[in-house]
Amino acid sequence: MDKEKLIQLTIDGKECQVPDGSTLLQAAKSLDINVPVICVHEATTSEGICRQCVVEVEGWGRLAPSCITPAAEGMVVFTESERVIRTRRTILEMLNASVDLSNSPQLQAQMEKYEVDPERFPGAKKREKEILDDNPFYVRDYSQCILCWRCVQACADDMQYTYALGIGGRGHESRITTFFDFPLPETTCVFCGNCVGVCPTKALQGKTEHLLEKGLQHHEIRARRREERQDKRRST
Amino acid sequence: MSEGGKTVRSTCPYCGVGCQVDLQIRENHITRVDAPFNVAPNYGRLCTKGRYGMDYVFHPSRLTYPMIRKDLGAQPRKPVGLSGFRRASWDEALDLAAEKISHLVKENGSNSLGTFCSAKATNEDNYLFQKFVRGVLGTNNVDHCSRLCHAASVAGLQITLGSSAMSNSIAEMKDLEVLLVTGSNTSETHPVISTFLREAVVKNGAKLIVIDPRQIEMSQFAEYYLQLKPGTDVVMFQALAHVIVKEGLLDQKFLESRVEGLDEYLPSLDTFTPEYAEEICGVPAELIRQAARLYGEANAAAIYWGMGISQSSHGTDNAISLANLALLTGNIGRPGTGLNPLRGQNNVQGCSDSGGLPNVYPGYQPVNDPQVREKFEQHWGISLDPEPGLTTMEMVDAAEKGVIKSYYIMGENPMMSEPDLLHARHVMENLEFVLYQDIFMNETGEYADVILPAVSFAEKEGTFTNSDRRVQLIRKAIDPAGEARPDWDIIQDLALRIESKLGREKSVGFSFTHPSQIWDEMAALTPPFQGITHERVMREDGVHWPCPSPDHPGTPYLFKDTFPRGKGKLTPLEYRLSAELPDEEYPLILSTGRVLYHWHGGTMTRRSKLDDIYPEALVEIHPGDAEQLDISSGDWVKVRSRRGEIDVKVSVTRRSRQGMVFLPFHFIEAAANILTIDARDPQAKIPDYKVCAVVVEKR
Repeated sequence: MDKEKLIQLTIDGKECQVPDGSTLLQAAKSLDINVPVICVHEATTSEGICRQCVVEVEGWGRLAPSCITPAAEGMVVFTESERVIRTRRTILEMLNASVDLSNSPQLQAQMEKYEVDPERFPGAKKREKEILDDNPFYVRDYSQCILCWRCVQACADDMQYTYALGIGGRGHESRITTFFDFPLPETTCVFCGNCVGVCPTKALQGKTEHLLEKGLQHHEIRARRREERQDKRRST
Repeated sequence: MSEGGKTVRSTCPYCGVGCQVDLQIRENHITRVDAPFNVAPNYGRLCTKGRYGMDYVFHPSRLTYPMIRKDLGAQPRKPVGLSGFRRASWDEALDLAAEKISHLVKENGSNSLGTFCSAKATNEDNYLFQKFVRGVLGTNNVDHCSRLCHAASVAGLQITLGSSAMSNSIAEMKDLEVLLVTGSNTSETHPVISTFLREAVVKNGAKLIVIDPRQIEMSQFAEYYLQLKPGTDVVMFQALAHVIVKEGLLDQKFLESRVEGLDEYLPSLDTFTPEYAEEICGVPAELIRQAARLYGEANAAAIYWGMGISQSSHGTDNAISLANLALLTGNIGRPGTGLNPLRGQNNVQGCSDSGGLPNVYPGYQPVNDPQVREKFEQHWGISLDPEPGLTTMEMVDAAEKGVIKSYYIMGENPMMSEPDLLHARHVMENLEFVLYQDIFMNETGEYADVILPAVSFAEKEGTFTNSDRRVQLIRKAIDPAGEARPDWDIIQDLALRIESKLGREKSVGFSFTHPSQIWDEMAALTPPFQGITHERVMREDGVHWPCPSPDHPGTPYLFKDTFPRGKGKLTPLEYRLSAELPDEEYPLILSTGRVLYHWHGGTMTRRSKLDDIYPEALVEIHPGDAEQLDISSGDWVKVRSRRGEIDVKVSVTRRSRQGMVFLPFHFIEAAANILTIDARDPQAKIPDYKVCAVVVEKR
């Protein structure tokens, strides 16, 4: 890869030049073309997980995830072809069928744009999980988790190098978890909250915000903390 | 931005990393803290204190109105809680303080006053504080807690380079081949810097050497981990230098052009063979050789250190021994390479930069340099004391002798942070007047006569300077607590009242209406700041000083072409024993330090949800020692030294080697500094918090 070298390609009928090594997503951005993303974040490594950023490349059999597909000389790319739109709609409909997306303004906007049918998968059941409240700083509500992996990446080699979070289960049972499902205080977690900072939904949420949204006042939150501490002290 | 709220960019009030934060504000509360992903120095990263520890700002025990001691004038003064004070108006409290202080100036002279400015307050607060002390009170007796943390690093770097700051910016770690971390539990004390160190290792293939008596988390990322015995630092680093010289790993070109003193220095290394170091430090000679080769052969290496180096009765020597390594191998003056004392407090760099030291005006301009003094005298319109003032601990000594009769303490807690606390507390009992200005009551405030409530970082404007000399803004995000006022505003009000009581015809200048004006006055008097204004800091998110002119880009790394003293100076060293070593009666070495979830004297973090996860002090004891004492984790023990004793719970761990115990100093109920020794480094006057002798007894 030669960063000095420029690649010429066409996106949605417009010509552009980008440095060698750029992704199709970056190339589109250079033309002010907004490709929708879910798992992509500036602080984490793109892995092509959610497939929402797919684009159609002329001559390719399958759609290309633009966040990890390098731009190549002479490529002709369509970011909003009918096939692309159908795919994005389906991705959102599948997500919406299994996860509570009500707390993600970004996904709500995309659902509106792509005219998502909430009844597309009538037999589907949204994942229901109990809220995990095992530490003083943040709660985990995995019924809102879209498995974008950003938290796992932030905890590992993209930000914190602490490796407390991982992925467990398979298929529909895939989930973000800790080693042996231990409560966070029993893991290597240092409660930096860098995972919370990159979470696109409210699967990870600061406990203060969580309790405020439940209608508690600040002094009530403080009183509750005091009680929790006393309970803990009594139990040890 | 959340609905109905606002987002305010500011700087984290905890450590010297200076993380940029976006405070989410709703109904005058901080409800969430985020970090901007595209802004230095933290690029979206925070630690638990920055993200979850801001709630101290809203604690119900905030001081919200001025107070006056009920038994004013009773001698000796006794420490009292808030019930020992009555509410007062600002006018009454300030007039009383002005009356007492001006009386002392007139009756006992300027040097009867001792003052403490604050590494937690802004540059502007501290500039104005020292201007008040020097220009109104007429003394140079102004100091702050950096005396108790990096004074030895400053002294060591002054001798070897003529400078006293971190030589590199945090962002430069990516350019390094080798990182040497010593005396710094980086992942707990500078957590965000530790993530960049780990990134350099994991992503860029840099090699890490960790030299520390405790097997800290960073050692898991190390190529070589050298667990030396506490207090044997000089031997360790001289032995590394010995190997570097012996094996010809010197940078000859650099030595010829940039360094002096080689001829006197080289023979001093003779005795420091790796085998000798093995005997003294308890680290295998071969491991010392390997670490020396790794550092010596690197094209780009940097050293990072913390309190483990400086808080020692030979701290200056420790810092010099590190500087010697960098000078021998030419690992300084290029991007990434250099000597980096990691600063503790959010603005400990800036407090020193702003003149909060007894011997220098802002920008380290010596008070005893006639030309410098004349510049300040002209600007302020008053003659100034040419003699350097007293340091923190010398002020305690002077108070004991009755020379100092009054303390003015802004935003510090010397009654938790000084060594040998029982002695320091006794000294405070006999002062004539104590003025205390803070956001909370603490152990020091209990000795006050007058309490002035200040606002927190979230309620005012100004700048903090982080560990890598980056001047950054704090912004007002919420309304002040009750009647609390910004420090600069309080100082200004007090100064004018005292000037009036002293009958001064002309004020030295306290008519500021915004901190940016205070910065401008300081910058006009301080060449390295002259290119920096609040407006520019806002535009660029931060500027690294030195920055002598508006078109200067700022200086991320120092010493490119020269050192402030000209050539770097290699300095021969000898091994000196620590002031107090274990014996039959007190068989264990005590080191003090910090834990991730707490901050210094605990004034902030113990009023935060951070205290929920780490609610009590734990003394770390090695399993070997624990077995002999028949104790296990969770047991209560008594830890006793020649100065005092505390009760504390045990955590049995192999983190430290046998014969050493570790105790965090955040907890008033088990205050580590009741045990520590007031043994000071002869040059830096910094006390030794890392080595004293104790006995642990089962209760």
